[in-house]
Amino acid sequence: MSGAVQTALASPAGPARRAVRDPLVAGLVGLCLAAAAVLLVASPAPYLVNALGQLAAFAILAVSLDLVWGYLGILSLGHGLFFAIGGYVCAMHLLAHGVATTGVLPDFVQFMGWKSLPAYWVGLDHAAYALVLALALAGLVAFVFGLASFRSRVNGVYFSIISQALVYVAMLLMYRNDTGLGGNNGMTGFPLLFGWPMGSPGVVTGLTVAALLTLAAVLAGTRLLIGSAAGRRMLACRDDETRLRTLGYSTTRLKLGIWCLSAMIAALAGILYVPQVGIINPRVLAPDLSIEIAVWVAIGGLGRLGGAVIGAILVNGLKFWLSAAMPEAWPFILSGLVLFVVLVLPNGLLDLVALRPRSTWLRGAR
Amino acid sequence: MVDALTVAFGRFKALDSVSLAVDSGEVRAVIGPNGAGKTTLLDVISGITKPVSGRVMLGDRIDLTQRSEAEIARAGVRRKFQKPSVFPALTVRENLEIGCGPALPARARPARIASVLGEIGLGPRTEVLAGSLAHGEKQWLEIGMVLAAEPALLLLDEPVAGLSDSETAHTAALIRALRRPDRAILVIEHDMGFVEAIADRVTVLHEGRTLYEGSMAGARGDARVIEVFLGR
Ligand SMILES: Nc1ncnc2c1ncn2[C@@H]1O[C@H](COP(=O)(O)OP(=O)(O)OP(=O)(O)O)[C@@H](O)[C@H]1O
Ligand SMILES: [Mg+2]
Repeated sequence: MSGAVQTALASPAGPARRAVRDPLVAGLVGLCLAAAAVLLVASPAPYLVNALGQLAAFAILAVSLDLVWGYLGILSLGHGLFFAIGGYVCAMHLLAHGVATTGVLPDFVQFMGWKSLPAYWVGLDHAAYALVLALALAGLVAFVFGLASFRSRVNGVYFSIISQALVYVAMLLMYRNDTGLGGNNGMTGFPLLFGWPMGSPGVVTGLTVAALLTLAAVLAGTRLLIGSAAGRRMLACRDDETRLRTLGYSTTRLKLGIWCLSAMIAALAGILYVPQVGIINPRVLAPDLSIEIAVWVAIGGLGRLGGAVIGAILVNGLKFWLSAAMPEAWPFILSGLVLFVVLVLPNGLLDLVALRPRSTWLRGAR
Repeated sequence: MVDALTVAFGRFKALDSVSLAVDSGEVRAVIGPNGAGKTTLLDVISGITKPVSGRVMLGDRIDLTQRSEAEIARAGVRRKFQKPSVFPALTVRENLEIGCGPALPARARPARIASVLGEIGLGPRTEVLAGSLAHGEKQWLEIGMVLAAEPALLLLDEPVAGLSDSETAHTAALIRALRRPDRAILVIEHDMGFVEAIADRVTVLHEGRTLYEGSMAGARGDARVIEVFLGR
């Protein structure tokens, strides 16, 4: 008996979801909904509300990475690309909406000496079209890249490196001024959101509530997915892809589907993030930002959805606070945190809490 | 039906023009010293390794060397790996459910899983995570996973490695019970007593070539086979 428990704890399976009940995810969903409800009645300082909204957007981004990394074993070091696709399309919508309403051209368009928005911006003043475009574009880029990689069996470290290269190439592309997307200065000066002046308390609250509700929905949705038959196949694929293939399953299709879903969730995070910070520029495509997403997930605890949320909120919360207080210390603090987690808590901060599903493992081994 | 199969890793030939015909209804054992190419043979049949030359025909129409692993599996080929390969993060039941394959409708699964559980004797352990099973239980679970799809060609790579004598006897009985007119079974094994108990015919591989094919009793009397096995 104790031998079996030993193997259970030492098994390379990693932390897996168990049972359909998941108190951590349920608790976080409840917390998001409660926070959203509170914001609708009380009105805390706008800068706090805004910070909360940004954290929620980062948490969504972290969940999107955990979905492929924790449950499918695919470590993307280029998820900033999908986040940026959502962010850029959102910025284009906000500017196009501004032009349609006020008639004033954005700064970077005037700077380039153009008389109007580039032709391919047509229709982007419609929010629904912009939303569909952002998700479709992220899904399409993910599909092409994923198909090429998964079909030729590019896995593990190689996949991670190529994904990093991809986000780097995208950054170089976006630094060019002639793309019609703001070049190195990016896009900023968004005047309106759905006709409301940007930065007004109502808009700030609205954006944060939207981000919280989206986070709740993404958490609940991904949790349902993990608990489904497809989720079991994901874990099987993560632990032994050849075994799964030789049982008759097309792992390429499985990986491609989840990979594209993850990219679209990341794009959603970008869409929610950009109006909150009021700017997007090629910096979001910097390779180190994409690596940082993986750090959030690793710190919180890989393969538990809730861990990704906690990691993203903790690291970024610390970052907001410290990079104002002592900006030069931030890189050292982040590295220290990473070392601490790697050395002391190999399964992330969730190790600290007894929330990890270890108890069910023990029950299972009996 | 394996026809003139050659597999090379660099300049080294793991299989050198090996031919082998396994009939439906037969249990065939492949024996041979370490590194003889036994696992490589199964890798080619299950599509994991592509040969330099040669064909692997399933029936008279399907050449398995041209198919992906998943297609080969869907054509009715199942393989148990030498190193027990189960999904550690899933329970015994979930492993068997995946073993049923993508084609079996969800309605038909519970009955299939229940019958396989009976065959492999893991009934009391259905909700246990496969990662926490003992070695022998993993071996049986993997056999159960490949049985759940009712394969037409069953490939077993050292199914009793690391098992106790009583577990080995149990596995021999199980494999004998799996023999069916419409199923071919190919077993790789080192344990001669086990091979004698289950196999209709044996093929002896040595350094990538076929050394002998025929009855187990014949193999025991064959001078070259004795030399290879005693020379180890
Ligand atoms: N991927 C590979 N790359 C290079 N050489 C390989 C590879 N796979 C197998 N070999 C070599 O091919 C030969 C045959 O290996 P194989 O695993 O088929 O032997 P086996 O008969 O199954 O042996 P055992 O009884 O030890 O399982 C060995 O010499 C092995 O080192
Ligand atoms: Mg072998």
